Amino acid sequence: MKALAAEGPNATELGRDARSERWMLFGLSLPALLLVGLVVVLPIAWLFLLSFQTEGGAFTLANYQRLIDQPSYRRILAMTFEISLTVTAMCIVLGYALAYLLAQLPRRVAGVLMLGVLMPFWTSILVRTYAWLVLLQRDGLINVIGEHLGFWQKPLALVYNMEGTVVGLVHIMLPFMVLPLYNSMRAIDRDYVRGAANLGAGPIQVFWHVYLPLSRPGLFAGGTITFILCLGSYVTPAVLGGGKIVMAANGIAGDVELYFSWGPASAFGVVLLVITLTILFTASRFARLDRIFGGGA
Amino acid sequence: MRRRELLGGSIAALAMPAIITGARRAEAADENQLTIVSWGGSYQDAQSKAEFEPAAKALGITVKQQTYSGLAELRLRVKSGAGGWDVVSSGSGTAARAGKEGLLEKLDYSVIDAKSLISGTAQPYYIGNDVFSTVVGWSTKTFGKNGPQNWVDFWDVRKFPGSRAYRNNAMLEPALMADGVPMHEVYKVLSTEAGLKRAIDKMKQLKPHIAVWWSSGAQSAQLMKDGAVDMIAAWNGRLDAANKDGAACAYTYEQGLLDTDCFVIPKGTKKRDLAMRFIAEISKPKYQADLTKYITYGPTNEKAYDLTSIISPAYAAQLPSSPANTAKQLLIDDAWYMKYYQKAQAAYQDMITG
Repeated sequence: MKALAAEGPNATELGRDARSERWMLFGLSLPALLLVGLVVVLPIAWLFLLSFQTEGGAFTLANYQRLIDQPSYRRILAMTFEISLTVTAMCIVLGYALAYLLAQLPRRVAGVLMLGVLMPFWTSILVRTYAWLVLLQRDGLINVIGEHLGFWQKPLALVYNMEGTVVGLVHIMLPFMVLPLYNSMRAIDRDYVRGAANLGAGPIQVFWHVYLPLSRPGLFAGGTITFILCLGSYVTPAVLGGGKIVMAANGIAGDVELYFSWGPASAFGVVLLVITLTILFTASRFARLDRIFGGGA
Repeated sequence: MRRRELLGGSIAALAMPAIITGARRAEAADENQLTIVSWGGSYQDAQSKAEFEPAAKALGITVKQQTYSGLAELRLRVKSGAGGWDVVSSGSGTAARAGKEGLLEKLDYSVIDAKSLISGTAQPYYIGNDVFSTVVGWSTKTFGKNGPQNWVDFWDVRKFPGSRAYRNNAMLEPALMADGVPMHEVYKVLSTEAGLKRAIDKMKQLKPHIAVWWSSGAQSAQLMKDGAVDMIAAWNGRLDAANKDGAACAYTYEQGLLDTDCFVIPKGTKKRDLAMRFIAEISKPKYQADLTKYITYGPTNEKAYDLTSIISPAYAAQLPSSPANTAKQLLIDDAWYMKYYQKAQAAYQDMITG
């Protein structure tokens, strides 16, 4: 822009136009900037501030000291990341297969099947979580059927543990994986695949060298969103974890109740935020962030 | 332009009296309404039927009921100055803490008659309304009548094999009793560093057999109803409610933890006096006796037991606050909770996640 403006005969006029256009764009985005500042930046700054304060408002590191001294916090963080990674991995496997299938089908059929993906999306998380409880518990449907058919004699411990929590979360997170993947796959030009096959590549080679790289933006988008949403889950571990599975959000809620002040909980929140941002930053080196959140290829 | 403004102004002026009277009317209706906050579930249902609704009728007011999750929520509301809560149902330990923190109005015992209440249940900031107990409960499907009869049995996984449910928040008294500490020495031992460690170690022993750490009374009842566990440490009223709902469980008061539910008035209420009168009303024997019809929590007002047409002597024997039953149990020590609870809970959390 600058180079263009400097060269032409109407350099000053063009420069003025460019400047006024820039101001206009700034003015147009001002409401959005204000909104983001108000509802995102400000609260996070406040959270950060609270984590370094005693209840009286004096500076303290006690809230962070506690995170180090008390082993439960490390374990809660480790558990949170372990569960989030497991759920994301399972969602990738299941979601990729499902999205691939949908992308191969004629659009109209895929649209109908997509309803199956979206339906649970519209149901309350709490309801879906309790539904899993009904299915998985000791006298639940799965155990009753399993014992009746003689697959196992004693009821299996399917819920109130890590496994039950992961199952519940995978169910909740799957749409977040399938939607960006499906978008990404629909955008792949079929001619590339045909071309590769025409040039002698086998189905596995075509998939590995052509299809997979082209669907990667969707994969990264789905994976990142699933992982981050998982980190913040509260209801599912609370209901299906039986008190043994304590994820970060549950730990934070517990802290608010126990210490009757925001400091300890804020410190935990800040640590979670910093770790999450680090992961996002690392992920952004593999895929462009705007693409992740843009969703498309 | 000018004329239109004028017109608009006069319309507004004409409408003004109507708006003001409307607002006044709303305010007047509001003045006779109390917002009462409790824990929900079968407990609040019982409170509502036996106490809130009848007392409101007797006072000629209306009540609006809400539920809440605990002291943190109350604290947030008082500190933010949001107000809007007039009477809150609370555990005695948390009520003591809230009073100390300055979140509560002092109760006026010239309005509330507390003379016939169990001693120690009428405090400056909170007044006991019912007595409940944390008991050893078991599924009669698994054990019939011969379930675990005390905390020693509850910890005995050979004699009583099966899965257990236990409270998510630090509850260490049973662990010490299971370890052989006599009931009257539990809080003395628990107040020492070594005693706390002893209790936590005893919890660690049972931990592999604890299938669920329940976090709400409603959840504990649901667990028994679903047959998710064979044994449970839970509030007696919730177990009875579960039974009414089709569960098959039994419990014993032996070594139970006796506790009271209280009412408090949070600071920031605009209806302090009405709230006081309301608490005075529901502290009367009749309401407390009625409460036992809906949930097996005992009255704090000892005169309630005189109303034998409501509480028969046979039924009284099933209530946690009847003299025969109180003798078997340990009274929760609010002072211990105020002093040591945070530390105990931190150690408890380490134990659960460890």
